[in-house]
Amino acid sequence: MPATVQPSDVAYNYLRVKKNFPNVWCAGCGIGTVMGSIIRAIDKLGYSKNDIALVSGIGCSSRLPVYCDFNTLHTTHGRAIAFATGVKLAKPHMKVIVITGDGDGLAIGGNHFIHACRRNIDITTILINNHIYGMTGGQCSPTTAHDKKATTAPYGNLENTFDVAQLAQAAGASFVSRSTVYHVQQMDKLIGLALEKKGFSLFEAISNCHTYYGRLNKEGDAVSMIQDMKKIALPIKAAKVLPPEKTKGKLLTGVLWDVEKPEFCSEYQKLIDNFKDEREKNNA
Amino acid sequence: MAQSKNSVRRLVQGNEASMLGALYAGCNFFAGYPITPSTEIAEGMARMLPKKGGRFIQMEDEIGSMGAIIGASAAGAKTMTATSGPGFSLMQENIGYAYITEVPCVVVNVQRGGPSTGLPTKIGQQDTMQARWGTHGDYTAISVAPASVRECFEQTVKAFNFSERFRTPVTVLSDEVLGHMREVITLPEEGEIEIINREKPDVPAEWYHHFEATPNLVSPMAGFGEGYRFHMTGLVHDPEGFPTADTNEIRKKLSKLRNKIVRFSDELVQLETTMMDDANIAVVAYGTAARAAQQAVLMARDKRIRAGLIRPITIWPFADDQIRALLKGIKTVLVVELNMGQIVHEVDRLAHRHCKVESLNRFDGEVLDPVEIFKRILEVK
Amino acid sequence: MAEEKTGDQVEPKKVRFSFQEGKGQPPLNLYLHWCKACNICIAFCPQKVFDPDRDGKPIVARPEQCTQCAICWLHCPDFVITSNYK
Repeated sequence: MPATVQPSDVAYNYLRVKKNFPNVWCAGCGIGTVMGSIIRAIDKLGYSKNDIALVSGIGCSSRLPVYCDFNTLHTTHGRAIAFATGVKLAKPHMKVIVITGDGDGLAIGGNHFIHACRRNIDITTILINNHIYGMTGGQCSPTTAHDKKATTAPYGNLENTFDVAQLAQAAGASFVSRSTVYHVQQMDKLIGLALEKKGFSLFEAISNCHTYYGRLNKEGDAVSMIQDMKKIALPIKAAKVLPPEKTKGKLLTGVLWDVEKPEFCSEYQKLIDNFKDEREKNNA
Repeated sequence: MAQSKNSVRRLVQGNEASMLGALYAGCNFFAGYPITPSTEIAEGMARMLPKKGGRFIQMEDEIGSMGAIIGASAAGAKTMTATSGPGFSLMQENIGYAYITEVPCVVVNVQRGGPSTGLPTKIGQQDTMQARWGTHGDYTAISVAPASVRECFEQTVKAFNFSERFRTPVTVLSDEVLGHMREVITLPEEGEIEIINREKPDVPAEWYHHFEATPNLVSPMAGFGEGYRFHMTGLVHDPEGFPTADTNEIRKKLSKLRNKIVRFSDELVQLETTMMDDANIAVVAYGTAARAAQQAVLMARDKRIRAGLIRPITIWPFADDQIRALLKGIKTVLVVELNMGQIVHEVDRLAHRHCKVESLNRFDGEVLDPVEIFKRILEVK
Repeated sequence: MAEEKTGDQVEPKKVRFSFQEGKGQPPLNLYLHWCKACNICIAFCPQKVFDPDRDGKPIVARPEQCTQCAICWLHCPDFVITSNYK
């Protein structure tokens, strides 16, 4: 190929192209696709790079921020949302986005996840759910399906799973959405909506881990796992009009929950503003 | 706070003094979690911060609190949390994160009897070594130990100045007795105590490296949203902040984290002595235990026993040179602690070649009183 | 397919894209330096524009069949593909 060919324009404007690319994820891993959606959504909304903070924990998905030319914070395992809460509360004008996975966000990070939902702090959490711990080599996670295999569930997973969307909704998040790495255009749209939502917004991206989940459960390579997502996905708008037997075993996608609720940082700002005149009197 | 222009004398609780000291130092963000005996600090912050335009949040646990104050500090705020033993144990991993990412923040540990749930409403000085070695990996701690309500105020201000100056987490080792007792103290006027803030970068954004090598090994620090974009990670990283596996870069980074503190430790030393000039027996004590120890030294002097007190206020880094010098000509050193013996090992390391090292310990939740210490002085002299 | 890609606010393109050999730029640019031969673009291209080279990396074998539907560069996890006609 001629040397003059540049990486794709979106990449060139938003990625830290001088860093060591290609990225660290396995060939065909959906996390790279999600990163593309995030960048396109931000590009479309026209946010300034200086006002964006990408905060992640530890895991495959958490290696995403290092590639992006924003304020990026790669924190400790499971604690991205706690760190992000500090960033957001200290700098409320910033758009704070948490990148996490099913292990990082729901196992060790579960406590911070549900409390950030309850608090409805204006943070967009993008949870890339590949149903396994990829970084550490294929262990069972809170979303590994019952009976499915993992290196720490060699005889099939005895446990049940979270429904991430219902968990977030029950915990109090004001916006919950889901898509898969097959439905890239839907991901672009939903991430955009999540970023614009004032309050705790969750976007769950179903992704493929063919290296571990696919191999251990004989679900094929990246392409076949992504094609399977097309089969089981069902937009919630369609599900509402279809008879129950048509929606059984389907994975609901789209905007699953969207309500208006007081947002933590703006409530706190009101509290600060109540003391404005007292502050002025003191400084006078 | 000093409302009017002149300073204010007021009856203040130790924990409240720690809170007021933080506000005086410019703390504008607090994240904490309720735990006896430190909760008054969080309650005070919840009341005072919104008034001053700062921000308070009660997180779901101490790990979250530590994460939040690091995130806020990375975004430019001056941040603090307060806890006690159990919470301090939970915070250790993130304290290590603040250390490697060189994020200034203050952790006040109002110690209680340990281990585990221990003696929640009783005193202990049993977290001294945890403050030094609590987080995993090679770590260089800065810890200060107040011994009065006034010092709860001043040492919290010092903790903020040290953390901003050295871009590293600093622990204040208070305790239940100090935290809950009240003393009349003089609150300083604004500007009376010098406040240090982190050095800001003056290079254009595209040249900015978040961990730039500098002569004093402390890099100028921008915050998120201040026009500089950078990466921070708990992985060992290069001066720009990106993960590295290069052994040279790893050695440089870990050495920077240590040397930026130990090479300038003379700025950190805080040591108070009583009647050490002609002493032949030295009592070493810190924090609340030092109050009774000082009294015991005076009692010994009444009996014409040439006793003296060495009270480290900065516990970590331990003032090796200064204490070694003070112990020259000393026959016996008695280390008095409200634990089963922790700082005694540091003193022993410095002094065992040329003087007898003795210890007096109490770890049942009560303070050692001066008479007990005086009797021990008589025994060991 | 291209219509849906640009979303509602941009009115859909009327003329179907047609690329003649030798006229104008090729439909797609491939920055193969970043390609990991994951086969997603080859498998998902509705017009079968790509053929795998011996390493499994895509070659734009049938550029004239490309309809600029964007599936390839939307899906590519490694930002290899750029469209010249976006």
